[in-house]
Amino acid sequence: MSEEAAALQELTEQKYKYGFVSDIESEFAPKGLNEDVIRFISTKKNEPEWMLDYRLSAYRRWVNMEEPTWAKLHYPKIDFQDAYYYAAPKAKEGPHTLEDVDPELLRTYEKLGIPLHEQEVLAGVEQRRVAVDAVFDSVSVVTTFKDELAKVGVIFCPISEAVHSHPELVKKYLGSVVPDTDNFYATLNAAVFSEGSFVYIPPGVRCPMELSTYFRINAAKSGQFERTLIIADAGAYVSYLEGCTAPQRDENQLHAAVVELVALDDAEIKYSTVQNWFPGDENGKGGIYNFVTKRADCRGKNSKVSWTQVETGSAITWKYPSCILRGENSVGEFYSIAIANNYQQADTGTKMIHLGKNTSSRIISKGISAGKAQNTYRGLVSINARADGARNFTQCDSLLIGDQCGAHTVPYIQSKNPKAILEHEATTSKISDDQLFYCLSRGIPTEEAVSLIVNGFCREVLQQLPMEFAVEAQKLVGLSLEGSVG
Amino acid sequence: MLEIKDLHVNVHGKEILKGLSLKVPPGEVHAIMGPNGAGKSTTSYTLAGRAGYEVTKGEIDFFGEDVTTLAPEERAARGIFLAFQYPLEIPGVSTMNFLKTAMNSQAKIRGEKELNAAEFLRAVRAAAKELNISEDMLKRPLNVGFSGGEKKRNETLQMALLKPKLAILDEMDSGLDIDALKLVAEGVNKLRSPERSFLVITHYQRLLDYIVPDVIHILAGGKIVLSGDKSLALQLEQNGYDAVIAKAA
Repeated sequence: MSEEAAALQELTEQKYKYGFVSDIESEFAPKGLNEDVIRFISTKKNEPEWMLDYRLSAYRRWVNMEEPTWAKLHYPKIDFQDAYYYAAPKAKEGPHTLEDVDPELLRTYEKLGIPLHEQEVLAGVEQRRVAVDAVFDSVSVVTTFKDELAKVGVIFCPISEAVHSHPELVKKYLGSVVPDTDNFYATLNAAVFSEGSFVYIPPGVRCPMELSTYFRINAAKSGQFERTLIIADAGAYVSYLEGCTAPQRDENQLHAAVVELVALDDAEIKYSTVQNWFPGDENGKGGIYNFVTKRADCRGKNSKVSWTQVETGSAITWKYPSCILRGENSVGEFYSIAIANNYQQADTGTKMIHLGKNTSSRIISKGISAGKAQNTYRGLVSINARADGARNFTQCDSLLIGDQCGAHTVPYIQSKNPKAILEHEATTSKISDDQLFYCLSRGIPTEEAVSLIVNGFCREVLQQLPMEFAVEAQKLVGLSLEGSVG
Repeated sequence: MLEIKDLHVNVHGKEILKGLSLKVPPGEVHAIMGPNGAGKSTTSYTLAGRAGYEVTKGEIDFFGEDVTTLAPEERAARGIFLAFQYPLEIPGVSTMNFLKTAMNSQAKIRGEKELNAAEFLRAVRAAAKELNISEDMLKRPLNVGFSGGEKKRNETLQMALLKPKLAILDEMDSGLDIDALKLVAEGVNKLRSPERSFLVITHYQRLLDYIVPDVIHILAGGKIVLSGDKSLALQLEQNGYDAVIAKAA
């Protein structure tokens, strides 16, 4: 076994593929956080008064809040004054067209394999029709297919733009799912958020293509605080994907995003994430601290929200995409793959809050731990007294690779309705030497064998991803575990 | 083709094989029989290259190449196949996907072109049809919930597609009733050819009624103590291992 372990160890030291730094001149807000910095951000974004007030009120609240410590995560205290809260590539003013964009930026996205040239996308042999919003540090670089989407009434733009172009929608929905009082990181985000995507699908419209946002943290010592707001009006449908990468740096960088989804009557939102922030090196140095609040409000009857996440990056993950099932017959789903290797720590799960009648939810969580990583599933299923006919099915599977990692499952179940039906299943397994040898004896080398077995383990979740992303995610699953078996 | 010379193997620091020598020419079927603890499983795992089976002396030659220190996947790519006594389950991975990964991995190691989806499908359907294996079984997760017979037939299917030059069958008959055994043996017999050798490792004589060997070797105490034609199996059946081994010594 020791031979296998050694070979695998070697492979673990594989470097993070997206660890490069783009040499781009940036503009920063002064380091640290105070009201002046918030005014600076607001001025940079040329925001209306109401937006500045929103930020300042959040900031004043945040100053008196304390960091949550209940998660099973260990990290040195974060110095919130030792970071930049705004970093933007220096660029010409005016509307963003591809010609205006710094070529170095475009090269960065090319390296990441994200197509931004619509013409190429349209002419391409691949039938890849994905509208992309590319966010670099604190600003949106470009949003593709905007015109085509506008024809059917779909609004897809940077949130800073929506503040100006659709203030009534932003005012109505921003903070309506995750209020600025919600939690330490969400409040911080409300104060300093600088970019993110805004999506509005009008009544009865099925969004004609996948929408996608790619987040890239580039500047050193800077945090990223994006804010995403998606509204599916009555009978609308949208599938949205976010992807994230960051350069490899020795220091830890903070990422505190807020995502709010609103589904009205008969609307459906499918939200997929492939999170591949820099996880830190094999000794646990560097990596992104990912503190994210994601919540969906199934406000309308028969509405449905599906969260699918593939979490492979970040040194620390603190993330619980949730659904408030308010509308009658509304449905919430959470499909998750969380992989933690080396010294990564993940505390992730979901909350399903059943308020309306005949609401149902489904949770499929696949946690994979390798190296010295700790992986925790933390989930809440709450059934309100009036939620007659509520149903939940939860399945939590953990896979351990090696003998120095940990998997933990912390399900909270609160039912105030005696007629609710709740099911919870959980398993923990290991990749056995026998399984591995079986693959080897068929000519499948170790790292491919691990990838095959882990992908099999994750299959139910991978199936939920849009086809082309599923293929990428499968590769990512393999990559992030290379050399982790011993 | 296969030549094992004076092989000594330690497992967990204990010597299990103590000078095993054996030659298998192309196209021949050799059986290794022996009582419990003789080193049968150690022989098959060592030939396949499993970690933890430490060769302290001797060598394994395959087509003139010393493969003693080669990794298992390298041996597989050179044409050594081990049909497992207890095939492993891999949840979520269909037989189809597993087979494709295995075939392409081997092609890659050999520096050959990988099969495209259509070529692969054709190959797997043809092999499955030949061995009476249903389409449904190809889609099910590998060995998960398979009966003993199905698992062994799946091993045969893998063999048919990977086209090894040497197939080692480790206790192929264990866990099978007589009907299942017949079915599996029938599959194996279809795969016999002048270019392919078999090493059939078994405790019981009954498997050899269906897969008839050219030569039988008796393994005891970590080495071959007696070799002969198929009549040796009958002697064993009548007199038992102890008597036959004692006579050989």
